[in-house]
Amino acid sequence: MADVAIAPLLAFKSQAASPISEKPVARFVLMAIAFVFMAVFLLLPLIIVFDQAFSKGLEHFVKTLGEPDTLSAVRLTLTVAAISVPLNLVFGVAAAWAIAKFEFKGKAFLITLIDLPFSVSPVISGLVYVLLFGAGSALGPWLKSHGIEILFAVPGIALATIFVTFPFVARELIPLMQDQGTGDEEAALSLGASGWQTFWYVTLPNIRWGLLYGVLLCNARAMGEFGAVSVVSGHIRGLTNTMPLHVEILYNEYNAAGAFAVASLLAALALVTLVLKTLLEMRYGDNIAASRGH
Amino acid sequence: MTTAPATAAGWQFRKPSVIPGFGLALGFSLAYLTLIILIPLSGLAWRSAALGWSDFWAIAADPRVLKSLQLSFGASLVAAAVNVVFGTVVAWVLVRYRFPGRRILDAMVDLPFALPTAVAGIALTTLYAPRGWIGALLMPLGIKVAYTPLGVVIALIFIGLPFVVRTVQPVMEEIDKEVEEAAATLGASRFQTITRILLPGLAPAIVTGFALAFARAVGEYGSVIFIAGNLPFKTEISPLLIVIKLEEYNYAGATAIAAVMLLISFAMLLVINLLQSWSRKRYG
Repeated sequence: MADVAIAPLLAFKSQAASPISEKPVARFVLMAIAFVFMAVFLLLPLIIVFDQAFSKGLEHFVKTLGEPDTLSAVRLTLTVAAISVPLNLVFGVAAAWAIAKFEFKGKAFLITLIDLPFSVSPVISGLVYVLLFGAGSALGPWLKSHGIEILFAVPGIALATIFVTFPFVARELIPLMQDQGTGDEEAALSLGASGWQTFWYVTLPNIRWGLLYGVLLCNARAMGEFGAVSVVSGHIRGLTNTMPLHVEILYNEYNAAGAFAVASLLAALALVTLVLKTLLEMRYGDNIAASRGH
Repeated sequence: MTTAPATAAGWQFRKPSVIPGFGLALGFSLAYLTLIILIPLSGLAWRSAALGWSDFWAIAADPRVLKSLQLSFGASLVAAAVNVVFGTVVAWVLVRYRFPGRRILDAMVDLPFALPTAVAGIALTTLYAPRGWIGALLMPLGIKVAYTPLGVVIALIFIGLPFVVRTVQPVMEEIDKEVEEAAATLGASRFQTITRILLPGLAPAIVTGFALAFARAVGEYGSVIFIAGNLPFKTEISPLLIVIKLEEYNYAGATAIAAVMLLISFAMLLVINLLQSWSRKRYG
């Protein structure tokens, strides 16, 4: 925190008064407001996660993470991400190809539909699958008689996660590919490349950093999703508990240190995501739509 | 592959192009979209329509449901308003000032996007609990945050901040400094330049940021349920009530509340969209 506190003072020296800048006092006040707000609302919650995770010592921390229920939660979270992220990646590329490389009727409407999951509560995202596959639905009894488990099992959790993370890759790729236009592809095709060759050797290298960026955000949300997964999971310990759900269970059992120990893994994942995201923006900012203000 | 006939006259689904793969890409996208999003969502619409008006109304007008809707939408409005003020200040500081650690501050804005909501929920609860780091400071002042509606607002501020900053920031970066120079030359004070010249130009972005933060906050579940305390009629949010109804196998109740929430959010987003196009016309 110390370097943050003196930062405003340093800023005075480097920036002389200018007619299109604020007075030093106003500048100091604005920076102080921003720093305090960010420290209280963003930094403290992050710090307390790690503080609480080790509140009962390293031994308790290691013991919690080594418990079979924790390990199975980690495994399930990785499994669900491994199913949902690649599916949304393929969808994102396909949708962006169709939307960015062609002009067709109803395009704007299609983009709106792709954004739809962002404006639906996570709880409702889970609810729609309960209504579709649950006991009261048309499909429910049929699934039951055929022994197919979707709700309260991995397929349901994966579906809810796919729903919630649906737009991430597509949203990143569509503006990026629209900006890049079709010139490169047309050149490749006119030189005799096939459609797939054009995609693999021309388009994919052009969009790789943007794609990675979208996948990064998609993955962070997939591993951290709570509301939607909570509705379809059934909270069966050791079986259908993802890491965020396991955090909730431990917390509600008054095992705060245990809950924060698992939470610290998720927080570490969030930090890694933020660092990678920032590095991508710094190095390949020109090849990422999100960092260009789309 | 579908290739539309390249006749100049008549309706064309798509413009002709030498690039292949349109049929495959669009076909796959539409099939996936339909299976994952459209069929499940229309199932919700169908089930709530099947309820019938009187049953639907009986559930939606239940005092407990009404209270929860009031809290969800009220707290989201307050949180989004707070975020508009502080988010704009944060964006301004990030865009206009150069100081050590700016990059870190900038990256940290996205923390609520990256941090799982359940983690945020237990962290905020521990901070604001009566004996927590911040809760203990507020206690002597008689301010209780955890397990009160104020706690709900705090969680929603956390969740919504990046929406405002990330919407306003790129527009701020695009501001042409000549406009400010012109204003200063013509004798405007810095305060006048900001309030009369800069802020009106930023208004559409600020409204969009508000709308996004608000829409996200209304549906938020994970970060709120821990800090809220979940007392019926007091600190129970609508998404939680949906979960409670589901746990009671009351599918009709869950469906009706979900439908009401979706309807109100879509209506509000529509209003905000209209506001935005109005402000763009006026100031754009």
